[in-house]
Amino acid sequence: MAQAISLNVNGKPASVHADDPDMPLLYALRNDLGLHGPRFGCGLGQCGACTVHVDGRAVRSCVLPLSALSAEQRIVTLEGLGSGGRLHPVQQAFIDEQAVQCGYCINGMIMKAAAFLATNRQPNEADIKEALANNLCRCGTHARIVRAVKRAAGAT
Amino acid sequence: MSTSTMMDLATCRRTFLAGGGALVVNLLAGEPAGLAFAADATATKSVAADDVDGFLAIDAKGLVTVYSGKVDLGTGVHTGMMQIVAEELDVPMSRVTVIEGDTALTPDQGPTYGSLSIQKGGMQIRQAAATARRALTQEAAKQLGAAHGDLMITDGVIRSASGKSVSYADLIGGKLFALKLDPAAPVKDPKTFRLVGTPVARVDIPAKVTAQFTYMQDVRVPNMLHGRVVRPPAVGATLQSVDEGSVRDIPGVVKVVHQGSFLGVVAETEWAAIKASRQLKATWSAWDGLPDQNKLWEHVRATKIAKEETTSHVGDAAAALAGAAKRLKATYDFTIHTHGSIGPSCAIAELRDGKLTCWTASQATHNLRKQLAAMLSMPAENVRAIYVEGSGCYGRNGHEDAAADATLLARAVGKPVRVQWMREDEHGWDPKGPPTLIDLEAALDASGNVLAWSSQFFIPEGAAGNVALLAAEHAGLPHETTMSPGSIHLNAAIPYAFPNVRTTLHRLADTPFRPSWIRTPGRMQNTFANEGFLDELAVAAGSDPLAFRLRSLKDPRGVALLARLASLAKWETRTGPSASSGDVASGRGVSYVKYELARTYVGAVADVDVNRKTGEIAVTRFFVVHDCGQIINPDGVRSQLEGNIIQTISRTLMERVTFNRSRVTSTDWASYPILRFPQVPEIHMELIDRPTEPPWGAGEPAAAVVSAAISNAVHDATGARLRSVPFTPDKVKAAMPA
Repeated sequence: MAQAISLNVNGKPASVHADDPDMPLLYALRNDLGLHGPRFGCGLGQCGACTVHVDGRAVRSCVLPLSALSAEQRIVTLEGLGSGGRLHPVQQAFIDEQAVQCGYCINGMIMKAAAFLATNRQPNEADIKEALANNLCRCGTHARIVRAVKRAAGAT
Repeated sequence: MSTSTMMDLATCRRTFLAGGGALVVNLLAGEPAGLAFAADATATKSVAADDVDGFLAIDAKGLVTVYSGKVDLGTGVHTGMMQIVAEELDVPMSRVTVIEGDTALTPDQGPTYGSLSIQKGGMQIRQAAATARRALTQEAAKQLGAAHGDLMITDGVIRSASGKSVSYADLIGGKLFALKLDPAAPVKDPKTFRLVGTPVARVDIPAKVTAQFTYMQDVRVPNMLHGRVVRPPAVGATLQSVDEGSVRDIPGVVKVVHQGSFLGVVAETEWAAIKASRQLKATWSAWDGLPDQNKLWEHVRATKIAKEETTSHVGDAAAALAGAAKRLKATYDFTIHTHGSIGPSCAIAELRDGKLTCWTASQATHNLRKQLAAMLSMPAENVRAIYVEGSGCYGRNGHEDAAADATLLARAVGKPVRVQWMREDEHGWDPKGPPTLIDLEAALDASGNVLAWSSQFFIPEGAAGNVALLAAEHAGLPHETTMSPGSIHLNAAIPYAFPNVRTTLHRLADTPFRPSWIRTPGRMQNTFANEGFLDELAVAAGSDPLAFRLRSLKDPRGVALLARLASLAKWETRTGPSASSGDVASGRGVSYVKYELARTYVGAVADVDVNRKTGEIAVTRFFVVHDCGQIINPDGVRSQLEGNIIQTISRTLMERVTFNRSRVTSTDWASYPILRFPQVPEIHMELIDRPTEPPWGAGEPAAAVVSAAISNAVHDATGARLRSVPFTPDKVKAAMPA
């Protein structure tokens, strides 16, 4: 039997009907809530394309079962990253640096960088590279992504 | 969202169906015949590649729609096409929309590969726009009573010297041009360019960073179900039995589909489809027909040769080698690679009333349409393939196969089915960049000049055709039986003017995995061997490797490029390995290519640190100079160069498909690692812009020089000569001189 699971997504309560409480959060976000920011890349927590924030921490939604979440935990996706109709500084920096090729990994890059910058105000280049070391990009956009995160660090 | 995709489709269909008239121009007389509105009898959008209406439409508001057969694979050509058309028509870019790769709407401009989107596709579209512009200004001259030469165009409004004006919308709005594309229609003088040649920001990026962009993986259509395929546990295994009851307990499972050795599941939800695909019990035959990976090169050398090809022949290399005092021989190899798209391949198929619609991220929708039609034994006219941008593919990955999977599943359930591959499907079953083995031999004269050059390439036969669809193969449905590894013969011949040269291809009748093209196919492997071996000759001749190249390079653009490279990289004369001590040795290497010996020039210098003890290579800085003729968007070119360099450093240092006798075993990112942020070097680049020259491709050429530049740098640092990609630490340590 499908059961209703209560979540808090992008500042609003949301309800998801799932046959399997062990379904990873990613599928609920994409298919039930129509949020396409987080993307399926590997389903193994290896690449980072599915990254969302849970209570401000960057997590891999492709391996996070719904059963591990409560209605009190604040889930934020790329759609909810900006506020008051404005882009988050990291999003703006990615535009300013043109730090996208195909862009499939970019959700993860932005979400990881935003969580990282929230606790590291003055990172140097090596810090940024280390912070993003477990996010994979195949197009080779790394140099621009690092520049974008640096730019955002200056702006936040 | 699905609705937005479908609405776009409906809107553009309305637009062209509404075009009920035609601006008829009498081409035979060479002059426009004036406005003679003809009823549009067909009411079907032209997809003819020699027809202006195939490529362009201008509606009643003056909005321009471009129909491009070339598609944006994440490289930014969508923006480039907008620049080209907005430039040629003198309209703002904001008024230009581009529709890509829809077989019902866009001309077949060939697959999006080979760095040809701008060079071929963009230039066809530029010519269509130039033809349209001429027809519009000629008609305006008539209406305004002005001389053609006195007209000015600003923002789609044509003005005469006396101040009278008429807009494109007035002249053509919503009607057909009914003009053949004229290859001789004059294009704008590059001196007057205001958009082409400028770093216009990519139009897709804001949507991509805010989750508003619709990727193929995001498309949903009404009544759609989710499918997953269950691949055989061995490449050549056949399906013997399926226990359909084994997934009955999973809510939402609609059907287990099997035909021949094609096996899949369809469910109401994506998660149910995934669970069912994992839980489904099936019996397969045993198969262990792959070669022993540890003896891959022996296997390649022993593979039956289907035919021999000579790609260049100057003088008599064999005789010169036989009589030479100083000879060098070496064998280079380049392993099997996967495309490694971050987003696994995805497609949706819908069969209704005998017609198939397929939404796909295929780089070749016109070809895919024919392949799907052949698979189902139906006329191609009843198949429509619609491109939707997906995750970057870098060649023929699994997108087309996912389309075939979705098609067979949709046919079985009578509803639209979406298939997205899982990670192990993508790594395990995308067609692979084939293994390449190259023997080289050369002779030096007493002054250290190259007297003779001879090379032999062991590469699969075939060209850049269609790669057979997996589902068709597995289901026993009609499919291609020839291999299509891409134009891997290119750059086997060399850009240097040696007196005796012979380059020979041994085209192999088979290769371990279904081959296809991955970024810079053949040109990358061949240039690795050529530029690495040339470096060996320079060392043997006691010459600086950059000067050594210049000795035999007669092409002035190539010579100019290497001069710029020397200056950018602050190249200092070097001969032989630097005499450094300590665990970490530093060095630099150079490499050069004229892509396909016919277009884009690239030169590179790599700086490396090599840890003698661990065998680890760090590429610390990479310098590249690039001449692709006229640059449409310099920031777009820079972005492509960065991508080429970083991706190829990854391929060169660490990538290798692993397999046992039955199947690929590198089926995730742990077993097939790629470059990570801390390993990315500083990149310094210089673009040579030649606005009056034709624009050439930039999506691949820079990748060709990377492997050799690194190999040569490692030799410069340590004296270790790396002739086998990837340069893993074990190979580096083994190559280290005692």
